Amino acid sequence: MGQNVKRQHSKNGQQAGSKNGKLPPFSVGQMPKKLSMGGTPIKGGQADVLPAGASKAPLIHTGQSSKKKSFQLSAEKLVAIHDTMIRTRALEERLIKMYKQSDGYFWLGGPGEEAFAVPLGMQGKVGQGLDYDFWHLHYRSSGILMPMGLNPMDVIRQMKNVVTDPFSGGRNFCNHLSARHWNVVPITSTIETQYVTAVGSAIAQKRHGGESLTVVTGGDAGTAEGDFATALVWSSRPGNELPLFMIVTNNSWGISTAAATQHGDKVIADRGKAFGIKTRLINGLDVEESWFAIQDAMSYIRTERKPFLMEATVTRLFGHSSATGANLVTEEADPITLFEAQLAQAGIISPKEASELRERYNAEMLDMAKKVKEEPMPDPSTIYDFTYFGQKGRYF
Amino acid sequence: MATMVQAIRMALHYGEENLGVNDIFGEDVGPPLGGVFTATQGLRTSWNSPLDERGIIGAAMGLAFAGSRCVAEIQFCDYIYNTIDLLKLAGNQCWASNGEWNLPMTVMTPVGSGIRGSIYHSHSFDATMTHIPGWKIVMPSTPIDAYGLMISCLKDPNPTMFLLPKALTRVRGEEPIPGEPMDEKELKSMIDAPLGDRSKWKARWPQVTDYSVPLSVAKAVRSGEHVSVISYGRTLPLCAQAADELRSEGVSAEVIDLRTLWPYDWNAIVESVRKTGRVLFVNEDTEVTNFGEHLIRRTVDELFYELEARPKLLAGAFTPGVGLADPLEMASVPQLGSIRDAIRELARERA
Repeated sequence: MGQNVKRQHSKNGQQAGSKNGKLPPFSVGQMPKKLSMGGTPIKGGQADVLPAGASKAPLIHTGQSSKKKSFQLSAEKLVAIHDTMIRTRALEERLIKMYKQSDGYFWLGGPGEEAFAVPLGMQGKVGQGLDYDFWHLHYRSSGILMPMGLNPMDVIRQMKNVVTDPFSGGRNFCNHLSARHWNVVPITSTIETQYVTAVGSAIAQKRHGGESLTVVTGGDAGTAEGDFATALVWSSRPGNELPLFMIVTNNSWGISTAAATQHGDKVIADRGKAFGIKTRLINGLDVEESWFAIQDAMSYIRTERKPFLMEATVTRLFGHSSATGANLVTEEADPITLFEAQLAQAGIISPKEASELRERYNAEMLDMAKKVKEEPMPDPSTIYDFTYFGQKGRYF
Repeated sequence: MATMVQAIRMALHYGEENLGVNDIFGEDVGPPLGGVFTATQGLRTSWNSPLDERGIIGAAMGLAFAGSRCVAEIQFCDYIYNTIDLLKLAGNQCWASNGEWNLPMTVMTPVGSGIRGSIYHSHSFDATMTHIPGWKIVMPSTPIDAYGLMISCLKDPNPTMFLLPKALTRVRGEEPIPGEPMDEKELKSMIDAPLGDRSKWKARWPQVTDYSVPLSVAKAVRSGEHVSVISYGRTLPLCAQAADELRSEGVSAEVIDLRTLWPYDWNAIVESVRKTGRVLFVNEDTEVTNFGEHLIRRTVDELFYELEARPKLLAGAFTPGVGLADPLEMASVPQLGSIRDAIRELARERA
């Protein structure tokens, strides 16, 4: 896994830098390898051990303490994570602009989930086939794919529904990503069916052996669907436990409906306990807490070949989707703002450097969007293509 | 000769030994039962799942995503309805990903009337299933076709739906399965699980061989001049019997077994209708938005001026279910008498 992560970072670094031709390689200067700023690291616990400062009351996303913390990750890693978070956010904000400028019909995505999504994508074992992790994701996952090597221009292509969209050829909404070469199965608009399909790839991985696992993500509202219960039941069959990493990113909303008005369960992760599944509730707004919780869970699954249920509290910075306006919700905590405050206090990245980075990526996304606007739309004669594998044209 | 359910079992055995089938699963599919219709007895890769249809279809999709070929069974099609959106997803993943992904998976489910199964064990599924693009859908009417169609499904890179007409599961065919022993008792002793304790029983499989019935290819089971009768599944042998009986009345009916419902063999229908000028579609799903209605619409669109009489559909009554009592079931779905009457009436309708 270590080698794999290094490879991804290198790849991501290239993309963040000169690969797209316009941007100089990213650099924040001389970095200390490890920083100690005092304070106690927030490390999370089992689901019955809540994140520091949290209560069992309904979750309210007011951010976290800005007091100095002791980073455990290396500065190089922190910079790479921050870089990817900024690039992911720049992409999402460009997509929203495109929607508002009528360069796309619909937006939905994951601003507010970056502090969890990026560490998750960075720690995956990425590749094609059973020796690598499988990913059954929800539609707020650009931050998971970005560290894998996602080309933002491809996401912009899908937003613009041009023929060059590599995920769906202009057929699907933005952020409905798909990458067979990374085992990322097509993301759908259904909010929870991924929990049942994830069972199947985990069965195949269990039989195959090795250490690969299946990751499935969904939101808190989706746990009302029976498919969530299916994943709990099927992944914990006695003697047939599955290497399934079940993740609920809890933003406390289901479209326009507050979760607290519909769900009586205070900690979703606790539902796993009835099945003997190892569970954990974490603060998904905190990069390091997310990083180490994911690391621990993945290590457990890869070694024990058993399931793990993690609930990560996150925010939804632009609402559910363009259906609810796609406007910034200022009451919600921004994980990037929180992370940058910590990085600045630690002397790793200054506000000026962060601002420059943001501007650089905003310019990159704008440039990509301009190019994509010149790309062709799908040919209407292709509507029947690929109803079946390898088939083209009307077939009946 | 093997029964249809024995033929399916042998095809699945061939699939797990030769075609990469790794999982044959569903409710009561594994030992000791081997399926409520015994279609999966003795198979090496069969296993029991939770009683969860969405889990079964979802697991099949996930296995297929991972490149692992599987056969998933829904015990009765009456219970597949809560998986409709998953069936839709399975059918659109190749299209939605613009050809990047394919799902090599087969779903098998018993359909239709014939066992006095009442409201939740008698439903048909062809009308609903043919409305879900991206699948290949088959429905045999003989053991040899069941064997060959199943093997074709197991070779196909797409989602395939094998509709098993439950009324025909114990019917023996007229053609042997390639490799099966000619003695029925010998075959039974080899591959039918014994009553009682089965914990030490293992099937002794005959050396069955590769035999495929190509998908999308219909079969004329009776040739005729006056009427074309297009059917599949349980009603097909009834159509053939009706055609045989009507010959003494001077009615010559051509009977075509569609075998693959989607994508279907339109050329076979065209060829027959051009010869007879009259066509009757027969199936037992409910008559409103019935698959046969699509076939009639296409017949009218493309063959209108070659018709000598109105194209007709004989289908199940549009009722909420098939009633349990014998007179109720018999009146709810086409039977030999009603098929014979419909053919005769169409043959005699003035041009």
